[in-house]
Amino acid sequence: MTMAQTKSPLGTVATLASGLLFGFGLAWSTMIRPESVLAFLTFDDLGLLFVLGCAVGVNLLAYQLVPRLWSRPLLGTAFQPRPFELDRSALLGGVLFGVGWGLCGVCPGPALAGLGAGNLDLLIALAGIFAGALLHGLWAGRQAQAAA
Amino acid sequence: MSVTLFPNGIAHYAVGGTLMGLGVALLYVTTGRPGGVSTFFSSSWSWLMRGPFFRQASFLDSRNWRLVYTLGLMLGGGLYLLAGMSVEASHIPAWKLAVGGVLIGFGARLGGGCTSGHGICGMASLSAPSLVMVITFLGTGIVTASLLKWLGV
Repeated sequence: MTMAQTKSPLGTVATLASGLLFGFGLAWSTMIRPESVLAFLTFDDLGLLFVLGCAVGVNLLAYQLVPRLWSRPLLGTAFQPRPFELDRSALLGGVLFGVGWGLCGVCPGPALAGLGAGNLDLLIALAGIFAGALLHGLWAGRQAQAAA
Repeated sequence: MSVTLFPNGIAHYAVGGTLMGLGVALLYVTTGRPGGVSTFFSSSWSWLMRGPFFRQASFLDSRNWRLVYTLGLMLGGGLYLLAGMSVEASHIPAWKLAVGGVLIGFGARLGGGCTSGHGICGMASLSAPSLVMVITFLGTGIVTASLLKWLGV
């Protein structure tokens, strides 16, 4: 299913356009500047609430309404669920993510869009994110092995 | 009161957030994919790493579109710059970006998502577990940033 979707050229164009709109919006909202995010986390400028509120509002319509109106997405075979199970390790992940976010004001989307907008310092953050994801994968792989 | 809570106004926040939302919504209505960003940082390791964790089907099946989506995000930032909009310079110390980056990468993957996955897609799916995650990282983010500001670090 997913393989067929990745091979559709139109699907690839739509995916690229989606990322582009998302990244452009991140830049427009100034969320690509870590200082804007930190200003929210220290209550100096609560603008991030509007950013998140508007983004969630649009997607409430997309996620709640569209699957009821259409049996499948325009270019795909099915609306895919977001698999997630809340447990203690996921909560620990949320805690660590928040500490990192509060330390530098960066999260994955704005790091990528901000790099595109010319902030080369974000390469350091992106290298850190890649390293953190690698460490997580090595650790998770070892956990799975120990459990088997 | 509202003046001090929003010293830079709210227009660009509302417009930017709506555009972001339209991007994530476009991905969902065209391909059916939830547009979380952080999985890209795990699924891309599947091109290099051979362990079973990195070779899981969900990474192999999604790594191509996630790479395209990521390129789109970077292009979106670039387009903003090309459109002649100004981007204020940023001055975050390198050590904060490096240490913060590792915590963000590890935490987002352990936590099953970041501000886009849990924050936008999860909340739009009315997922209570995602809401718990958002409250968790908002909480530790606020505590960390406020503590550092108070300490003057």
